[in-house]
Amino acid sequence: MNDTNYSELLNNLLPAFGETLEMCGIALLLAVVLGTPLGVLSYITSKQSICQNRVVNLFVGFIINVIMSTPFVILLVLLLPFTRFVVGTSIGPEAASMPLGIVAIAFYARLVEGNLHAIDKGVIEASLAMGATWFRIVTNVLLPGAFSGMIRGLTVLAVTLVGYSAMAGIVGGGGVGDLAIRFGYYRYQTDIMIITVLLLIGLVQIIQTIGEKASRKVQK
Amino acid sequence: MIKFDNVSVSFTNKKGQRVDAVKNVSFDVKDGEILGIVGTSGAGKSTLLRTVNQLQLPTGGHTIVEGKDIGTLSGKSLAKFRHSIGMIFQQFNLVSTKTVAQNVAFAMEIAGRSKDEIKQRVPELLNLVGLSDRADVYPNTLSGGQKQRVAIARAVANNPKILLCDEATSALDPETTNDVLQLLEVINIKFGITIVLITHEFDVVKKICHRVAVMDKGELVEIGDVFDVFTKPQHEFTKTLLSHTFDLDLPGRLTEDKSKPLVKIIYNGEKAENAIVSNVVKLYNVDVNILHGKIEYINDKPFGILIVQLIGKQDDINKSLDYLINNTYRTEVINERY
Repeated sequence: MNDTNYSELLNNLLPAFGETLEMCGIALLLAVVLGTPLGVLSYITSKQSICQNRVVNLFVGFIINVIMSTPFVILLVLLLPFTRFVVGTSIGPEAASMPLGIVAIAFYARLVEGNLHAIDKGVIEASLAMGATWFRIVTNVLLPGAFSGMIRGLTVLAVTLVGYSAMAGIVGGGGVGDLAIRFGYYRYQTDIMIITVLLLIGLVQIIQTIGEKASRKVQK
Repeated sequence: MIKFDNVSVSFTNKKGQRVDAVKNVSFDVKDGEILGIVGTSGAGKSTLLRTVNQLQLPTGGHTIVEGKDIGTLSGKSLAKFRHSIGMIFQQFNLVSTKTVAQNVAFAMEIAGRSKDEIKQRVPELLNLVGLSDRADVYPNTLSGGQKQRVAIARAVANNPKILLCDEATSALDPETTNDVLQLLEVINIKFGITIVLITHEFDVVKKICHRVAVMDKGELVEIGDVFDVFTKPQHEFTKTLLSHTFDLDLPGRLTEDKSKPLVKIIYNGEKAENAIVSNVVKLYNVDVNILHGKIEYINDKPFGILIVQLIGKQDDINKSLDYLINNTYRTEVINERY
């Protein structure tokens, strides 16, 4: 086993931590901004819902399923041309956040949709009976009603993304997980692996705690 | 006000079978009345009610409100029409993320009322339903009765002409049911809102409805004045539905005692207020032993049932029975010997 230079580790660890936060942060942002409307679209076009549309519903569902069923490592590579087009480069944390974001959008859309399905149909019917438009129902009934569950979903997503981000090393994305693989796994530096894994566990714990607190706070 | 013209609703269920929920129903709801639709669950009452605001489109016939065929409305004209129809539900269906006041305001926002108007009217409405002090709480802190009051305030917020009540009291206890029904009656009288109320409980109909329509297996089997339907049910189904009111349970030792006739006397209207039983005692020298009985008041008209034993000489008993048969709505001997 190699001797570990802890100052070198620290020099690697801090930027890596920043990279992890950056990748996951961008992906989460994309998930909220694009995944939420996608989930709403999937819900309102579903059968017996307020904007029933079979074609749109099947199309949206298919896209989400394709993204979700492709192994992340493969998606990472497949999306390289797209990433280069959007970000301008195919290496580094910004580049890695693209495929991460795509997965996050699809994943979050499903989580949002699930939370919307849990909303009492009676309230939607009452709103329709009052003459509400679908848009008003979405903004006044559906999204506020699913808000608490959506925050919980975002927590699950954030934790999952931290795990996925370990694979970002393949496109030079960096991050704590990548560090664990490179030093801990390839170079047999078990102590570094343990430190990085502990760091990741801590990060996940923090995310989970914040998420649960926030979710409980907004519950009516 | 509302005209159901040969309305039918059928749909295909999950097993792919065709279900006729409503079959060729025709009747009118008069302006300003409280009309009850009764029937067992699955009788199609709820489906029929939903054709009034197009939550359900008729697959046959027309539902016409104030001369307008509702089936032809869509988009903006449908939304506008729905602003003039209030609806309340069994499960209240309040928006859980809005406060009591916000729930009521929501109906007015949908109808495009101005902020000033909403600000002024919401407290008035909450006052009407007696919940002024709960304006800023969320629905999950309210009792069932209070939730339904909020729902009523919300339903009448836009001064509708019609209020649809879908089993509005079925999830409430008897006392709360009475309070909510009284509130509905006040709304009917004060604002002249036509109320169509569906329920599986005849008691609800008896308390506030002027007329009643009885539905069974998707068909309208009987419609009329509540007192008439209640006291003279024409259709077998209505009779079954009302049977619990007519059957007073007696202990077995009384019904098995065949030595004396056991007589069930049903009387209604003015006759209920005459001293018929006391007349029998005086005229025919028999003793009348009252074993069971009750008197109901429907729209202020009395309707009563008594079960009595007649004790005396056979001849006197026969004469008494004749007198009772001639002077009451219905008299029958219910133990077997007679």
